[in-house]
Amino acid sequence: MGRLSLRVVALGYLTLILIGPLAMMVWRTAEDLDGAWAAITDPDTVAAFELTLKVAAIAVAVNTVFGIVCALVIVRGNIRGRGLLNAFIDLPLALSPVIVGFALIALYGVNGWFGWFQRNGFEILFATPGIVLATIFVTLPFVAREVVPTLREIGTEQEQAAQTLGASGWQTFWRITLPSIRWAVVYGVVLTTARAIGEFGAVALVSGNIAGQTQTATLRVEDAYQFAYGNYAPAYGISFVLAATAILILVLMIVLQPKGTRH
Amino acid sequence: MLGRAVATVLTLAVGVAVAVAATTAAAAEKSSKAATLNLVAYSTPRPVLTKLIDEFRKTPAGQDITIRASYGASSAQGQAVANGLPADGVILNTGNDINDLVDKGLVSPKWDRQSYNGVVWNSVVVFGLRNGNPKKIKGWNDLTRPGVQVVTVNPFTGGIAKWNILAGYVAQRRLGKTDKQAVNYLRTFYENNVVSQDSSGSNATNTFLSGKGDALLTFESEAINGKIPYVIPRQTMLIDVYIAAIEKSRNKAEWNAFSRFLKTYPAQKILAENGYRPVNERALAEFRKRFPVRPGETTITNKLLGGWRAVDKKWFDPNRSIMQGIEQSLGVSTG
Amino acid sequence: MTTFLLVIVVLPIAAVIWKSTGNGWAGFWEVVSSPQAVAALKLTLVISTLAVLTTAVFGTVIAWVLVRDSFRGKSVVNAIIDLPFALPTIVAGLVIMALYGPRTPLDVTIGSFHVDADVTFTRGAIYVALLFVTLPFVVRTVQPVLIELDRELEDAAKSLGAGGFTTFRRIVLPAILPGILSGVAMAFARAVGEIGAIVLIAGNLPFKTEVASIHLFYRIEQDPEGSAAIAVVLLAISFGVLLGIGGLRWFVTRHERG
Repeated sequence: MGRLSLRVVALGYLTLILIGPLAMMVWRTAEDLDGAWAAITDPDTVAAFELTLKVAAIAVAVNTVFGIVCALVIVRGNIRGRGLLNAFIDLPLALSPVIVGFALIALYGVNGWFGWFQRNGFEILFATPGIVLATIFVTLPFVAREVVPTLREIGTEQEQAAQTLGASGWQTFWRITLPSIRWAVVYGVVLTTARAIGEFGAVALVSGNIAGQTQTATLRVEDAYQFAYGNYAPAYGISFVLAATAILILVLMIVLQPKGTRH
Repeated sequence: MLGRAVATVLTLAVGVAVAVAATTAAAAEKSSKAATLNLVAYSTPRPVLTKLIDEFRKTPAGQDITIRASYGASSAQGQAVANGLPADGVILNTGNDINDLVDKGLVSPKWDRQSYNGVVWNSVVVFGLRNGNPKKIKGWNDLTRPGVQVVTVNPFTGGIAKWNILAGYVAQRRLGKTDKQAVNYLRTFYENNVVSQDSSGSNATNTFLSGKGDALLTFESEAINGKIPYVIPRQTMLIDVYIAAIEKSRNKAEWNAFSRFLKTYPAQKILAENGYRPVNERALAEFRKRFPVRPGETTITNKLLGGWRAVDKKWFDPNRSIMQGIEQSLGVSTG
Repeated sequence: MTTFLLVIVVLPIAAVIWKSTGNGWAGFWEVVSSPQAVAALKLTLVISTLAVLTTAVFGTVIAWVLVRDSFRGKSVVNAIIDLPFALPTIVAGLVIMALYGPRTPLDVTIGSFHVDADVTFTRGAIYVALLFVTLPFVVRTVQPVLIELDRELEDAAKSLGAGGFTTFRRIVLPAILPGILSGVAMAFARAVGEIGAIVLIAGNLPFKTEVASIHLFYRIEQDPEGSAAIAVVLLAISFGVLLGIGGLRWFVTRHERG
């Protein structure tokens, strides 16, 4: 098969599916910079960006701890069920975000299993906690999935050596294990951040969509589209900011890529 | 041992995160003024409601009241309130959304015993048109001419569509057709002429504005705000938009103040200026020219329809109903 | 400890399953077999399969080109493959709409003859959206395998007279098949659940362009118990896919376990 023809096929496909649409969106944004800029600097949009960043930060913090712990259990733990855990970690990746949102309503809505909170003034749904929970769930696997293979490869020799020298569990973890997995953790954090910023379906169901308060950046894009009245510059403008963020994250992903190959 | 320690840390981390988020939200609310009202409304009137909220706050009654508003599709908002979306009152565009809340005990069954029967503004079903109306669309029978493409809304997701469909049905009945013939009209219409059914009225407007279709079935208010030329068919529906208080609200006095304000002449004048038909008689008289009465204007309580509960079951039940049947036959015929 | 972690993941699923039993078996079945739900599920499965197969073919080609070919700008191309991972899905929808929507520049109008690339409100829109979001999956699972592939086998085959395609079919393909299958399975799970990229551009016409996730999204507002039933079906599909990954990989790599 001709090398050139394969290259043409590959690049042609990428242009049709990826590069072309992206370029077009940038072009459309550039067509009406004023409209785009007005939308980006609108106080409600700024509030949306702030909310998205805040939620992403919490999700990253929680899932980093969770991911490292899970990875340790899966690779080093001696308990039954760790194989099961390994399989279940991937579950959020296979679930539609709509189901995640629905599940949260089933759990925390006034008629849900934990409805007590919502009924008694502890707003979980339709407020920031609900958005945080949705985001935590959908970004659950990333750190764990990156750390597990690295932990497996590293092996336990160094840790065993440390323990024979009298180091405590915590010291071993902090001084030996953690540094050896740090790049995997960082890479997982980058993936988690990208996914957290981009979440839409689950958050759309549980956020209440109050502009300036519970509207995330992605909900803001949808909002801008809904009220476009045919003028899509605001929607494209906000999308452009998110796309630029995504590209920045991409760059980070490439720079930090473990050993040049992907897991 | 290590595992257990980390498990504790983890639980604490999650608990702290959620608690922090909850308390910052609560603190933000407590630091605001006297009362905060939560308004839950359907999506299209957001621009005018924002103006009205600002006006309300300039009045003595509204000075110390902050209003947080959530906008979304009417049925979605109703369901969200049922799931716990904080609300002191709602403004929704179909009766069954309110009835759902009544059935769940969130709205009093006597909700329509307020002024104007619980209606806060009106509109009518219109045909949005292209500049110059090249296809010369005037009435319902023009919509079913071959080659005419119509943009409308999915009746299972958008309230506007329900009014549109009922308007079409009533128009046929008024022209002397039987019930069966009228339903068939709708079936033909959907099969041959409907070219898109967006999930919401706003999306349908966007679709039409970006070039699809020869006509847009929508509310008069939407056409005015989208600056779309329109014609009001002789036979049309008078659309009611409903306002109701939520029973478990702790701010009933404040909500009533807001609700009353919305029906006063100054507020209704703002509505009229923004394309919505006022219920207040003085405002209506003043803007009569802009909002002509059509001879065939029908309301939801007309005996051809029988009110929202009857209509919703017969026409829009997602499992078995007239519209469900029509939508299904569409799918079957075009594979 | 493991129980604790499992509970976090499993609890939401349990709640959904529980809610679906709200109307009993009869109610469950009535919703799931309602024509609109069936149409939505069918559409989801068919379009997802088509999209994933397309991604599998082109993804393999792209992986091959990225590993074996070299040209200026290759590292940039390699980098942007991950863009669909990093981009919010709703933005992906708008990005696609920019080129394949109502104001597409790809428009040929000669007299009364008119053809353009506007796919909004058609199943084509869903197809393109799914191609976009599943792009990275197969590429990224095949690349590492190709990189590690020992080229000696291929060179040996060539020296024995095998043509390019035969070499590919007999030597390369079996080696990369597990990678392709992993990618396909993950891409399929993603495609079946996708909502953000589709919600703005597909128009959600019932029976025509309404996929299961969208049907569920809007149905939740009207009918919580009923929508739980549909959610459970989607869940079952996801589980099936997850099991499928494990099963297929196990089967295909069985010769490695001796």
